Amino acid sequence: MNNTQSKKYDFSAYEPKREYLVAALQDVQDSEGYISEDAVKQLSEYFGISRSDIYSVVSFYAQFKFKKPGRHIIKVCKGTACHVRGSGSLLAALEERLGIKEGETTPDGLVSLERVACLGACALAPAIVVNEKVYGRVTLAQLQKILEGLK
Amino acid sequence: MSKLEDLRAAAEKQWAEFSSNEKPRVMVGAATCGLASGAGAVIEEFKAQLQKAGLAGKVELVETGCIGLCYAEPLVEIRSANSPSVLYSKVSPKDVEKMVKEHLIGGEPVKEKAIAVMADEEYKGIAPFRQHPMIALQKRVVLRNCGVIDPTSFSHYLARGGYKGLERALSMSQDEVIDDVKLSGIRGRGGAGFPTGVKWSFAKASQNDVKYVICNADEGDPGAFMDRAVLEGDPHSVIEGLMIAGYAIGAKYGYIYARAEYPLAIARLKNAIAQAEEAGILKNKDGFYFEIKIKKGAGAFVCGEETSLMASIEGVRAMPRPKPPFPANSGLFKKPTNINNVETLAAVSSILREGGAEYAKLGTEKSKGTKTFSLAGKIERTGLIEVEIGTPLRDIIEKIGGGCADGKKFKAVQTGGPSGGCLTAEHMDVPVDYETLGALGAIIGSGGMVVMNEDSCMVEVAKFFLGFTGNESCGKCIPCRMGTQHALRILEKITSGEGELEDIERLKKICMTMKQSSLCGLGQTAPNPILSTLRYFEDEYLAHIKDKKCPAHVCPKLVHFSIDPEKCVGCTMCSRSCPTGAAHGAPKQKHSIDPEKCISCSACYQACKFGAVQRD
Repeated sequence: MNNTQSKKYDFSAYEPKREYLVAALQDVQDSEGYISEDAVKQLSEYFGISRSDIYSVVSFYAQFKFKKPGRHIIKVCKGTACHVRGSGSLLAALEERLGIKEGETTPDGLVSLERVACLGACALAPAIVVNEKVYGRVTLAQLQKILEGLK
Repeated sequence: MSKLEDLRAAAEKQWAEFSSNEKPRVMVGAATCGLASGAGAVIEEFKAQLQKAGLAGKVELVETGCIGLCYAEPLVEIRSANSPSVLYSKVSPKDVEKMVKEHLIGGEPVKEKAIAVMADEEYKGIAPFRQHPMIALQKRVVLRNCGVIDPTSFSHYLARGGYKGLERALSMSQDEVIDDVKLSGIRGRGGAGFPTGVKWSFAKASQNDVKYVICNADEGDPGAFMDRAVLEGDPHSVIEGLMIAGYAIGAKYGYIYARAEYPLAIARLKNAIAQAEEAGILKNKDGFYFEIKIKKGAGAFVCGEETSLMASIEGVRAMPRPKPPFPANSGLFKKPTNINNVETLAAVSSILREGGAEYAKLGTEKSKGTKTFSLAGKIERTGLIEVEIGTPLRDIIEKIGGGCADGKKFKAVQTGGPSGGCLTAEHMDVPVDYETLGALGAIIGSGGMVVMNEDSCMVEVAKFFLGFTGNESCGKCIPCRMGTQHALRILEKITSGEGELEDIERLKKICMTMKQSSLCGLGQTAPNPILSTLRYFEDEYLAHIKDKKCPAHVCPKLVHFSIDPEKCVGCTMCSRSCPTGAAHGAPKQKHSIDPEKCISCSACYQACKFGAVQRD
């Protein structure tokens, strides 16, 4: 970690009560894409909860990441409907073309590849999400186009 | 609520205007399914074309919720004074200009895109919506507003009888409300199927000055999206149901715990809560005071278990705890708490509006009412449906869903997600109700139905579910934490062709241990997909173990792809479809497959038009 300048987080939207910890973490996750050491430290001070306790919460939920993600995030749905409709091939193709495994980010920091349990877009399986946009009935050909569009 | 009466009078006027054909209107289905199919581009094109035709401002463009015909998205309904309203399917931006010119201006429906006419009679060869095969057998109670109203409009909800259930509840005593819900016979639609009225009576009986009601909108079953559609398409119905539950048990505070993966649902809920506050329904200081907070889930399937969900709201790791004490006595923040699922609460609004006796007329002797199901997987018409409980499986799969996709042979339907089991072709005529499905080793669950055909390997499906539950196990109790891992390892062994006959007994033993001794529902039901596939498809297990074959040609280590040089014409379809570069060759030259690179995904097999790709 070579954070040269540390950022001051503002949690004042929340009362410093434990029940708002997850919401505050979600704000950090949304704005930065991950939960940094620095964020945990400041959350710990604000909420009066030990850092190890906050880590226990962060590590439990799938939504929170410890590493800075790429500029674009591709999420491949691995729900049942997507699975039986071939999302495994989509994930394999993405891993092959991006040269990374699921959960990783390309070395140039361009793309992160994730899998998600279910997007609820089962009727349009297989589905993927690229930067919050849901694509349904994704084919390998379409995947190539989507990848080419990422800069 | 005299203010509500005034609002309703105005709302009814608005609704009458909205539902009449006098003012031309274009309605685009813009729930998640619609948007994922490209509804956004269709909306933009309509804006542009209406502008071009000089109709901007004269024709209203409305975004609606999900009507359930997801396979046909993007769906567009066009209303104009010169013809009955017509529903169009699979609309792409290039169809829009024609629709504006021919239908909106010329009054002539674009027949080739029309799926139904929103009228009682056929119109110019277009069949009425009510007779559409996916709609005809449905009974819509929970989904009655979905895709019909503008989900961001409070007036639409109000005009369609919205908040009448709450008004009726508030005119009754708490016990009378609970009795009415008991009379309706509704059981929890989240999966466990516990009678809702009985659950409420426990929380009501608990004495405390602070109580909570929680709406579980953390729809985590992969393959299910009923709750998402209700939240996106009719958010007020859930708020109304939550308020009725709050009144009945004596709670002033409600939480809606919603999945973070459902951003549109959360946005629609927030909008609806703000509207209800403004109308004086929520945070009403003169009558029944009730306030609602939304909590965004952070991605943990175990939150389907109520004690985990409450732990998550409290801001700790979402791990379940032993019961008793039950939430009705000591729940959220150690206060009496009642948790219901989205669909249950949406149904409660209707039950209180129409009366419990009316709802009890639907369904079977023991399973009352209606149930929503999401149809997905290898079925012709995917989407969201609602039928009377007790409807034969055949009606759901064949008549409503149109049978298996691509003319393939039906093998099984998996119900209830990772906690459920499967039904096979021999069960086509059984009624879908709690008792029947339970006896067959499947469950209604939250309502996910994923259809499998001859190309689905049931051992691999079981492995998929165990991979999921193993990942989502919170790790607190040993039977679930270790059981899912061990079972998964055995299934991996079998699907890799290294299984032994003894593995079947080992699996059964692990399953029974998990069922009997896991702490919560996740671990207790996680073995169901294994037990159910073993019960109906043991032959597939044996084929993997004894013959080292995957009959469905799915398991990568047991299926090999090659190209028959006699049949290959060098069209490059296989190499272009191959995700890993295993299928290769120059144009017009014989192609081949590099077994080192091949991941057995079948893409080349499906792409080849000459039958040259062989699999064994």
